Amino acid sequence: MKKVALAVTLFIGALLLYAAKDFSVWGHLQSPASASPVSKHFIADTGVDTEVPNMVTAVLADYRGFDTMFETVVIFIAGIAIIAILRRTGADADSPAIQRESDVVAEPDLIVTNTVRLLIPVIQLFAFYVLAHGHVSPGGGFQGGVIMGASFILVALAWDLPKALDRLSVDRAIMLAGVGILIYAGIGLFSMLLGGEFLDYAELSHVLPVSREMARYHAMLGVEIGVAFTVTTVMFAIYANLSTRGRLEGGL
Amino acid sequence: MFGEEGLLNELLVERFNYCVYVVLLLIGLYAMIAKNNLIKKLIGMSIFQTAIILFYVSIGVKEGATIPIYLAEHDPHGHHAEHIVHLDEANTIDVSEENATPLRLSHEQDHGHHAPRSLTDEETLGYANPLPHVLMLTAIVVGVATLGVALALTQRIYRAYGTIEEDAVLAAIQAEDAATVIPDVLATKPKAKKG
Amino acid sequence: MTGLALFNLFILVFMVVAAVISLRVKDLLTASVVFGIYSFLMCLLWAEMGAVDVAFTEAAVGAGVSAVFLVATVFNVKRSSSD
Repeated sequence: MKKVALAVTLFIGALLLYAAKDFSVWGHLQSPASASPVSKHFIADTGVDTEVPNMVTAVLADYRGFDTMFETVVIFIAGIAIIAILRRTGADADSPAIQRESDVVAEPDLIVTNTVRLLIPVIQLFAFYVLAHGHVSPGGGFQGGVIMGASFILVALAWDLPKALDRLSVDRAIMLAGVGILIYAGIGLFSMLLGGEFLDYAELSHVLPVSREMARYHAMLGVEIGVAFTVTTVMFAIYANLSTRGRLEGGL
Repeated sequence: MFGEEGLLNELLVERFNYCVYVVLLLIGLYAMIAKNNLIKKLIGMSIFQTAIILFYVSIGVKEGATIPIYLAEHDPHGHHAEHIVHLDEANTIDVSEENATPLRLSHEQDHGHHAPRSLTDEETLGYANPLPHVLMLTAIVVGVATLGVALALTQRIYRAYGTIEEDAVLAAIQAEDAATVIPDVLATKPKAKKG
Repeated sequence: MTGLALFNLFILVFMVVAAVISLRVKDLLTASVVFGIYSFLMCLLWAEMGAVDVAFTEAAVGAGVSAVFLVATVFNVKRSSSD
C-alpha cells in the first residue's frame, strides 16, 4: 500500500513539476491573472464604485456578494451537520470501554482563569475593531467573527463548557447563525425591493441619507456583521460539540 | 546547468515557490493515501488544501507591488494630504479676506463632495491582485468548517468502533458483515486493505 | 539574495519540515500543535506576499481555531497513533 501510494505521489509530482515550468515567472507583472481586465477593473475602479479603500473587502462583500452569501450558508450547514452527526439518542450512549483520558474533573486553575478574565474584554474589543475596520484595513466579518468565537472558546477552555454555554447556548448559537444569514439575505432583498437587483446595495441610497457609492460602503458593513454573527456562533457550536463528543457537559 | 535557459534555472530560481507548493501538495497527498490513522489523514488533507490555497494566492503576487489597500494618494477618502498642502499655501501666501474665503469654500466642497478617480493602468500595477485573495479567504474559513465536519465524523467512527485506525475499522466492519446474513444481491464486501 | 527572498526561503523550508514532522510524529497532540505551527508559518508567507487579509484569516482560523478543533478531537479519541 505504501509503495503504491509513493508511486502515485511521485507520478503526480513529476506531472506537476513538468507543468510548473509553464507558469509565468514569480511575481511577473504581465502574468495572465494579473493582466486580466477583471483584476485591473477591481484595482482601478473599487474606489470610484464603492469608496472602500480595502479592495479585498469590496470584492468580497460587494462585487462577489452572492458568492460570499453562500459561503456563509456553507459554514452554517457545517455547524448543523456537526450537531447532527454527534447528537446522542438513547441507545447511543458511550460504552464504558470508550471513556476519555480527560474525564477526571479538575478545578479551573486560578492563574489561568484570572488571566483569561483580563484577556477576554481585549479580545472581544479587538474583534469588534476588526469587524468595523474591515473597509480600511485588513479584516472583516470572517476574521472578526472567528476572533469573537475564539473568545467564547477561551472561556470554555479556561473554566469548563457549561460556563461558556451559560453565555451562549448551542441552541441560541445556531439561531444567531441563522440570524446572520438573514441579515445578509435581508440586505440583498431590501435592495431588491427598492428597485435594484439582489445584493445591489447602491439602491439603499433611497433610504440612507448618503450617495449611491456610500450606500454600498455602509451596506458592506451590514453584510459583514451578518457574516460575523454566523461565523462567531458556528465556530463556538462546532467547538462545543467536538470537545464533549456531543454531550455538551464537562470540560475539554 | 544553472544557465539562463536551463530547466533547473527555470524551476528552482524563477519558480522556486511553485516547486515547494508541489512538495507540500505531495506530502499531503501521500498522507491521505498511506497513513492509517484518520486524524493523520485529515492533517494530510489540510496540508493538501493549504498547498492549493498557497498556489492560488501566489498567482496574484506582483513584483514590487504593495498590499491591495489604496495608498493615501489613491484613497477615496484620503484628501487629508492635499488639505495640508492647501492650508500651508494659505498660510504662506498672504491671508487676506478675498484669498481665504474661496479656499475655505473649496475645502468644504471637498468634504461634501469628493470625486475619487479611476486608477490608470500604470497605477494598477502597483497593487497586488485582490481577486485570488478574496477567493482564498472564504476558502480558508469554509475549509475549517469542513475540517470540523470531518473531525465530527472521526469521533462518530470512534464511538462506533472504538478505534480510529483505518485497518482496525475495516476489520470491524468485515466482522460485522460476516456476522449478518446479507441477501445475494448486496453481497459485495469491502476489501480489507493492508496498511 | 535580498532579505525578503531569504525570509521566503527560510519560511518555505520550515513549512516543509513542519508538515513532515506533523505527519510523522506518533503522538497526535504533538501532530496537532505542529500543524498549528505550520499554519502560522503559512500566515507569515502570505503576509510577505502582500495578501494581508488572507494572512489575517489564516492567523485566526488556521493557527487558532482549527488547531483547537484538532486538539479537542484528539482528547476525545486515542492520543497515540500507529504511524
